[in-house]
Amino acid sequence: MSLDQIFFYFFGGIAILGAVLTVTRRNPVHSAVFLITALLATAGIFLLQRAEFLFAAQIILYVGGIMVLFIFVIMLVDIDVALRRVQFTRQRWVALLLALVLGAQVALALWMGRAGFRLPPARPASTEGNTELIGRVLFQSYMLPFEIASILLLVALVGAVMMAKRKT
Amino acid sequence: MIPTSHYLFLSLMMLTVGIIGVLTRRNVIIILMSIELILNAVNINLVAFSRHFGTVDGQIFALFVITAAAAEAAVGLGIIIAFFRNRETVLADEMDLLKW
Amino acid sequence: MIQDLIQFMLRHLWPLVFGVVIVAVLPLLAGYVVLMERKVMADMQARLGPMRVGPHGLLQPIADAVKLLMKEDITPDKADRWIFWLAPLISVTAAMAAYAAVPFGPVFQVADLNVGLLFITAVMSMGIFGIILGGWSSNSHYSLLGALRSSAQVISYETAVGFAIVSGLLLAGTLSMQKIVQAQAEQQVWFIFLAPVGFFLYLVGSIAETNRAPFDLPEAESELVAGYMTEYSGFRWAIYFLGEYAAMIMVSSIAVTLFLGGWMRPFPNVSWLGFLDFLPAVVTLGVAGYCFWRAPRQPVQIQKVVMALFGAGVLLVAGVLGWAASLPETMTERGGILGAFWFLLKVFSYIYGFMWVRFTFPRFRFDQLMRLGWHILIPLSIVNVVGIGTALVLAKQMHWPRWSAISLTTAVTLLIAAWLVHLELERTSPASGGAEA
Repeated sequence: MSLDQIFFYFFGGIAILGAVLTVTRRNPVHSAVFLITALLATAGIFLLQRAEFLFAAQIILYVGGIMVLFIFVIMLVDIDVALRRVQFTRQRWVALLLALVLGAQVALALWMGRAGFRLPPARPASTEGNTELIGRVLFQSYMLPFEIASILLLVALVGAVMMAKRKT
Repeated sequence: MIPTSHYLFLSLMMLTVGIIGVLTRRNVIIILMSIELILNAVNINLVAFSRHFGTVDGQIFALFVITAAAAEAAVGLGIIIAFFRNRETVLADEMDLLKW
Repeated sequence: MIQDLIQFMLRHLWPLVFGVVIVAVLPLLAGYVVLMERKVMADMQARLGPMRVGPHGLLQPIADAVKLLMKEDITPDKADRWIFWLAPLISVTAAMAAYAAVPFGPVFQVADLNVGLLFITAVMSMGIFGIILGGWSSNSHYSLLGALRSSAQVISYETAVGFAIVSGLLLAGTLSMQKIVQAQAEQQVWFIFLAPVGFFLYLVGSIAETNRAPFDLPEAESELVAGYMTEYSGFRWAIYFLGEYAAMIMVSSIAVTLFLGGWMRPFPNVSWLGFLDFLPAVVTLGVAGYCFWRAPRQPVQIQKVVMALFGAGVLLVAGVLGWAASLPETMTERGGILGAFWFLLKVFSYIYGFMWVRFTFPRFRFDQLMRLGWHILIPLSIVNVVGIGTALVLAKQMHWPRWSAISLTTAVTLLIAAWLVHLELERTSPASGGAEA
């Protein structure tokens, strides 16, 4: 069991545990805290795969941005009433069955094709850092999606402000 | 060295948990959180393949997925706040304004 | 597997030792920063500050720590117990974990990450959860309001601080903290002189990030009791307080590394100023001499002894610094020990600047604070990044001399800053219909 494997099982275990606890808690704030741990574990997985910039971006954007937004909204919305109601829908057993069947199908497909997903082919390590490489490719090859993403964020910004404003 | 298939199975497990969350919970905020789980599973998948093929395109795609997730979470939560102000509920099956 | 772990530990022994040292020393350091704040506050208010516990109040932090440890641990009645317990932990862990990437010297660093600066920004942004969850879980109106205001303030100024960091980063060309310090050595100038607007934005933003005056409305005593910390008492409050001061030392460390030359002495490349290497030893020798001179003048016998011991301790440090300065240049111990001194000196100067600002300016009202952040600082920080980028393009591609490019863009940035402030004053002046002041 090399160190890589220890870290993979550690982060992977926390990610799955956090995910399961997120969808099963009654209190949305507890769900949010477990989602934060799942997101941090995912950031750890990114770091394991040498995606350093994405590791930091995941923490800054997802955990430090999106989850803060979630927790703000949970506080603004009165959850005491919702806490006492039934938490799961009427179709929970059918949904569970369907989701597990879907998962099993994809798992079977992955298992059958696992020969193609073995260790990544050995490559000479590039001297350019991960961040520099991402910066270069992002601003040269992916400039158009970058600009579209910025317009998307502008639209979302204006939209969220308009939706949440009090109509005075 | 971790084979890429391990990462794919991890991503699949997170995806399944996210799908279960979206389909079985009534609280709309938790449904949105499960959607974030699904998007994270997709990101793990993208980065795993980016490492497998040695390019950085997967990581850039994952960055755009995070961006889209942020935009969608912001607007979705704005909608929830607006709906809560009108109907005082955050349970998905009570949001049935179009029924009579 | 055990063999692998042992091999891993041995290979990374020094960083692990540094990590343990940082985590062990940090609470003590934060405690003495609290004492420093009280003494500086007293000095600026023409009084003496804590003088009783230990000579000149030097043992005050230890007394405070013992008192807080012995206080009763109260949890509010309907508080969410688990999150009430978790919130201070998040606050202090976020502040402490970021120290992993800070270079205290050429080798005194837990990990020289490739994305060190980004890692620090990311981990520091986790600290917001400590505030929000603490305020929410206390089940009290004051706490919730204080937490919401405090976190709104932090996320508003995070963008401006991020852009200010980017402006310094453009000049360095790398995210690795150690290489940023080396870039300042290679370019022979501290980045504060190349990006003064960026430094100023970072200064203002970091005061707002750590909830310090004049941006401390969420936790000012006359406003919301104590904001999100209202319901915390005893050791939990001490953890929050420790987290706040650790965050303060952390933002100072980032500023020192990025803008003020890190652990290097002033003018590191100028060889005829090499006598400055003996400055640490001389300064600490002076402090030790002062301790010994004041020792007989203490009112109580035990304070005389403690002062003398303190003076002996400082004398020992002076001896170590003097020995380090006399080593040949190439030995790493020399750079390490002297570097730690210069780093701490600069960090404490920045913190002294924080305290000076705190005791000089009146508090901002919350809407004034948000207006300042969103309307003036964020546009200015974006303009600053564009300006520095333009200066670098002018210098590298079109071969202008670097100083004239930087001066030109800094002048344009300052003009735009003046215009932004003018717009804002016009928008809120009574003459144009604005109701705010």
